[in-house]
Amino acid sequence: MTTTRPEPVTERPASTRLESREDRTHRLSVGVLVLVVGVVLVVLTASTGDVARFALSNAFDEVQLPTLGLPGVPVVVVCALLCLLAGVGFLVGRLSSRVRTLAGVVAGLAFLLGFLTWAAAGRDLPFPVSNQLSGTLTLATPLVLGALCGVLCERAGVVNVSIEGQFLSAAFTSAVVGSITNSIPLALLAAVVGGLVMAALLALFAIRYKVDQVVLGVVLNLLAAGLTGFVFDQLVQPSSGDLNSAPLLTPIPIPGLSALPLLGPVLFEQNALAYLAIASVLVVWFLLFRTSWGLRVRAVGEHPEAADTVGISVRGIRWSAVLVGGVFGGLGGAFFSLAATGSFTKEMTVGNGFIALAALIMGRWHPVWATLMALFFGFVTQMASQLQTLNTPMPSQFLLVLPYVATIIAVAGLIGKVRAPAADGVPYDKP
Amino acid sequence: MVSELLGWVLRRLGRWVPWRDVLITALAFVLAFLVGAVLMIVSDPAVVGQYAYLFTAPQLPLGASWEKVSSAYAALVAGSVGGWVPLTETTAQAAPLICAGLGVGLAFRAGLFNIGAQGQAVVGAMAAAWVGFSWHLPPGIHLVVAVTFGMLAGAVWGGIAGVLKARAGAHEVIVTIMLNYIATGLLAFALTTTAFQRPGRADPISPVVDWNATMPRLEGSRLHLGFVLALAAAVLVWFLMERSVAGFTIKSVGLNPHAARTAGMSVSSSTVLAMLIAGALAGLAGVQAALGPNVSGTPTPLSGGLVGSIGFDAITVALLGRSRPLGTVLAGLLFGGLHAGGLAMQSQAQTSAELTTVLQALIVLFVAAPALVTTVVPFLKARRAPLTGTTPTGGLSS
Repeated sequence: MTTTRPEPVTERPASTRLESREDRTHRLSVGVLVLVVGVVLVVLTASTGDVARFALSNAFDEVQLPTLGLPGVPVVVVCALLCLLAGVGFLVGRLSSRVRTLAGVVAGLAFLLGFLTWAAAGRDLPFPVSNQLSGTLTLATPLVLGALCGVLCERAGVVNVSIEGQFLSAAFTSAVVGSITNSIPLALLAAVVGGLVMAALLALFAIRYKVDQVVLGVVLNLLAAGLTGFVFDQLVQPSSGDLNSAPLLTPIPIPGLSALPLLGPVLFEQNALAYLAIASVLVVWFLLFRTSWGLRVRAVGEHPEAADTVGISVRGIRWSAVLVGGVFGGLGGAFFSLAATGSFTKEMTVGNGFIALAALIMGRWHPVWATLMALFFGFVTQMASQLQTLNTPMPSQFLLVLPYVATIIAVAGLIGKVRAPAADGVPYDKP
Repeated sequence: MVSELLGWVLRRLGRWVPWRDVLITALAFVLAFLVGAVLMIVSDPAVVGQYAYLFTAPQLPLGASWEKVSSAYAALVAGSVGGWVPLTETTAQAAPLICAGLGVGLAFRAGLFNIGAQGQAVVGAMAAAWVGFSWHLPPGIHLVVAVTFGMLAGAVWGGIAGVLKARAGAHEVIVTIMLNYIATGLLAFALTTTAFQRPGRADPISPVVDWNATMPRLEGSRLHLGFVLALAAAVLVWFLMERSVAGFTIKSVGLNPHAARTAGMSVSSSTVLAMLIAGALAGLAGVQAALGPNVSGTPTPLSGGLVGSIGFDAITVALLGRSRPLGTVLAGLLFGGLHAGGLAMQSQAQTSAELTTVLQALIVLFVAAPALVTTVVPFLKARRAPLTGTTPTGGLSS
């Protein structure tokens, strides 16, 4: 019999509770990051102008909201102090996890406000808040759809690096069909077909021929770029008037709601694809977590042997998940040709498929989190282009890489290790 | 006697040469070129129009198709291997692909999917070009310093991804993708500063690199020192991976990190080392773009698009070369030839050079799916050999 009584764990104060090495590293790296951010804000105080103005309405809105004016230096100083406090809180480690989350959120918002105040203070133009928010949603539309495509594939155990290729082929088919038929619904249908063709190739080679799926994704991207580029050079460009002038998606204001101040133009005056993207998030969430098909998808992605044992067709479910994903990937691709320019140009998706992939991994393979990550990415990209028009002291090239730096920081410092579905990327050999 | 000897030689060779792989690769080529031919025919309205006479005058559509396909492929072959100058063009195109492909392949074998060869090559080209045009050193030394700086820059860029993966568990695919964009942005920014922009120019272009920092070439051809460097790099990588402790560690970690950790190897330092070397090799590819002489004999000045898509093509080179040095050299030469020939095909046969991208993708796809090739060509099936595909370790499911 032992003589020493083990100390009951439940009575320990939060600060001395055992912390795994991984959690500790994560907490410390977040703390250091938040501290650095605070120091950056302190440094920025020196170059902050008098008043930072934030315009809540566009010039053309019916209801004009006032333009907010914030005193530059005090706001930046307060934000810097908040960041420093939160950083110290993380490093000391005496915060309970709930307070820590709160501290993280406060630090993030404080940095955002401080940074924007610094950027907008003393400029001739106010920072357009309304534009910022609606631009976020527009830029995030293809990313959300692409990330949903990836979520469906990877939850079923098929790694999808070829979201970019699906975007590109869908952008091409929708531009050409849209130009020939001059009809938006048919163009969207063509985009879905374009996405489905690439998805079917992914499924065929990943599920039937068991090709390494990351390799496959890279090759399919190359194939999509080559095919669309070749046909574009040979057929479409020589007669671009007939084959490359698709109708543009126009913003559809929802009657009543779009007249709301601030939120109206942001949420209820978007194009059809943006509404589709928002609806798709709900649809995918419902499919994955509230239907038996979704349960099967998750089962074959986590433990295909077990799923097979209870009579689920692993290959069949994987095929269906990849194809359903292809529908969303195709809709995302339509954004590039139908919402932005009305025409196709070579490699016009410029890496958005990879950004969607990043959003999906940062969002931990969950449709709602992946959407939030896509929105975050859209927000930073839109902010970079807004700040360019304000003539901030930052060179515009730095602003343009801001989203990518933010992603690296998020992946390295804030998100920590993520866990993919257990059978993601593993082909299933039926015994 | 002769046949016995021949049989012995063949058996002996069979141990060294994977005949089945060679055969499947060759068939993958044939299939890819067939698909390419179909693509050319269907994308030419004049040729497709002839198919209305398929049953009345079959020689018309078939002749037109043959004319179209044969002229394009003839230009492709002539532009890549049809003579001394085309051959050296092939080596010039292949050299950076080989270097960056070696880097991608090495990272593959460490269990890392390095999509960042593009960014590593961009910073490598930036550093090498900057040393090349802003410093003025004696002949020989200048070139060595410029190459070293380029490789160091690439190593740093790759190392960032390695350290973040090892320390913070950041997914290397995301980090390298983002680093690609950041490198491109950095180059665009640098070309607007006085340190990089050519005096008196408003567009983003750098001064011409000093003659002392230019890679020497054979007069009148495009064969320059870069190709020799690429071959040397391949030998070095082979030595590192097959004959050194560091290489053994890298391979072990790539095959099974848990087992390697149990055996006392450091997974994180192996990850960082692999990414450093991979970055340096991709940086060398960028150096070649910055310091290698073009047709006129001087290097092309640094601009936004100088590196092209070397880093992305390198991924396919590494895949086709099965991440092995010899395979990478052969695959690099092949795709270098496709690039060189594609340019000739575009100018002589009015066929877009994008066709070579399609061929490149199809070849890798078919090689990676041997089961598909044996389905299309059934007689291979009878041999009952195990189907082994290219499955470099590493992927998104870590």
